[in-house]
Amino acid sequence: MSLTTAHSVVAPSANAKLIAGTIIVAYALISIVPLLWIFATSFKTPPDSIAYPPKVVFQLSIEGYCNLFTTRTRQTPEYINSLGPATGFCDETVRKRNMVIAGPSNFLPRFVNSLIIAFGSTFCAVFLGTLSAYGFSRFKVPLADDLLFFILSTRMMPPIAVAIPIYLMYRELGLSDTALGMILLYTAVNVSLAVWLLKGFIDEIPREYEEAAMIDGYTRLQAFWRTVLPQATTGIAATAIFCLIFAWNEYAFAALLTSGTAQTAPPFIPTIIGEGGQDWPAVAAGTTIFLVPILVFTILLRKQLLRGITFGAVRK
Amino acid sequence: MAEIRVQNLRKAFGDFVAVQDSSFVVEDGEFFVMLGPSGCGKTTTLRMIAGLELPTGGNILLGGEDVTMRRARERDIAFVFQLFALYPHMNVRKNIGFPLLAQGMPSAEIRQRVEETAKLLRIDHLLNKSVSGLAGGDRQRVALGRAIVRRPKCFLMDEPLGTLDTEFRDLMVHELRELHNRIHATTVYVTHDQMEAMSMADKIAVMNHGVIEQFGTPREIYDRPATMFVADFIGSPPMNFLRFGGGLAKGAKEIVVQGAKVAVPEVREDIAPSDMALGIRPEHIRFDDASKLRGAIYGTEYLGTTQIVAVETADGIIKARVPAEIRLAAGDHVGLSLNSARLSLFDKGSGRAVRTAIHDSASQGRAQHG
Repeated sequence: MSLTTAHSVVAPSANAKLIAGTIIVAYALISIVPLLWIFATSFKTPPDSIAYPPKVVFQLSIEGYCNLFTTRTRQTPEYINSLGPATGFCDETVRKRNMVIAGPSNFLPRFVNSLIIAFGSTFCAVFLGTLSAYGFSRFKVPLADDLLFFILSTRMMPPIAVAIPIYLMYRELGLSDTALGMILLYTAVNVSLAVWLLKGFIDEIPREYEEAAMIDGYTRLQAFWRTVLPQATTGIAATAIFCLIFAWNEYAFAALLTSGTAQTAPPFIPTIIGEGGQDWPAVAAGTTIFLVPILVFTILLRKQLLRGITFGAVRK
Repeated sequence: MAEIRVQNLRKAFGDFVAVQDSSFVVEDGEFFVMLGPSGCGKTTTLRMIAGLELPTGGNILLGGEDVTMRRARERDIAFVFQLFALYPHMNVRKNIGFPLLAQGMPSAEIRQRVEETAKLLRIDHLLNKSVSGLAGGDRQRVALGRAIVRRPKCFLMDEPLGTLDTEFRDLMVHELRELHNRIHATTVYVTHDQMEAMSMADKIAVMNHGVIEQFGTPREIYDRPATMFVADFIGSPPMNFLRFGGGLAKGAKEIVVQGAKVAVPEVREDIAPSDMALGIRPEHIRFDDASKLRGAIYGTEYLGTTQIVAVETADGIIKARVPAEIRLAAGDHVGLSLNSARLSLFDKGSGRAVRTAIHDSASQGRAQHG
């Protein structure tokens, strides 16, 4: 082998890059295929969705979305014919299957519940987390290490382990099936993560910034607001995404504690399956719409998220 | 502007005493430097003056007002940090105007004051730049701008040149002193660099282990070190020490070192027999073959105009600063002649300087021991 080309010790070789790239692309494909399949299924007709072999090329239809947002009743063709002309695309599609739209489904209110509960709990967790992380980072808190360990220890068991006590407690307190109850619960689960993540970020911000601001005539709270917070945005954004993803996806507690008014989308979506046969396009449509908020939020904050998860590795 | 009066200031962190009963006065308009090795308590003292730490004991008076327990923002002082602490999310203009914003000053006035300040520091062309792209010297100027824009009672600076490259540092030493000459702001400046201290200070306080060892003008501190620590810390190379024993009587004009009689400035106090040290700066040593104090050349360090010659004597290495023209070879035996008028005498036990004729004309800049 010739030794004419100098090898860099730190830069990866072309071969290494190729192998790494191949692995990443393969992993990305494996990850995205189920999502693409769900997305495709949401635009299939119910017969296409259960066709075997599965159809990759199919006729586009928004029947799944129609079914997701409506409840329908089966009627005799005579009755349907006696009705006036169809009022819209969904109406027409449904009538072809001898059904009429009876009213809106529960999907929209459940989706709104999810939005309120997930964003509400994320806000609370990040708000409380930022303040306590700042406190732990800057002040001499008595027993700080023990307190931080205690906060961390709440993550050491799966939250579902306390499902039964929480169920009983919530029933007693009247928090069952309320948005407030779910926000409190998700905040409680997320706040430990938020404190720990944010403490790391705030520790990295030199205290000279606040000291300079305090000497320049600001109170500590003003100094925190004007000098620490702007520099902690990366950490706050990353923390918010982690909290949001947990609260948005959470299924077990939602299924246990919510059944009616405060039910979130995750326990609702499976119930679609049961309504009038296995309506896979409607389930897929629900799942697709369910993915949108988290996707938008993540895309908006992707830079912060990337810096957040590689935190410490690339700074300075 | 105002005078700063520090009285018996003390700070303990648990069992560790960072500052012990320090007292000094910074006169109105004075450039005051606190000098000492790292961990000597100089920064802690500065932070107590600023209100970033609260003292365990003692008082701090700013312009005659007791501010010992006041919050930092109520003291009307400005602080320049070692790492400058420029807010990365603001541009230069906003950084400099930030203290004025706290006072609720109208934005037109802030604009005017910021521009005046920037002109004074010759950074007006940088006002709309982001601070993250600035060079070290410019960052330093922005930090200074943020300090002077408010026209505070005094400036506190914590090793503000510590992170700069050597070339910038010399430039900034000059600029800082020039700025001080123009605005005459009472300034307390902390550094571990004796060259910075000597070249900028009106007065220097030398600290060690939380104690102010000496407090005086650069000249006093160099010529009449109050303790062996000061003598050793200031000067490059530092003061040489030659051991001698026995007591000293008031009026004595001669001591015996290594069997050689050495004339010294007239002693002004009686000292009981103990271990003593004779202090001599390298530039006050001449080679003189007639001298009974002898040694062998150990090595030389050529510096252009002068050279530092290490001479091995019976009492260890002595460094002499002699003209560069003298040709010397290692191993040569030489006699050392000491400039009697410039010698210091120390009590080795306490490290304290013995009062001699060199102190006669001195103003009282002596340290109080804690």
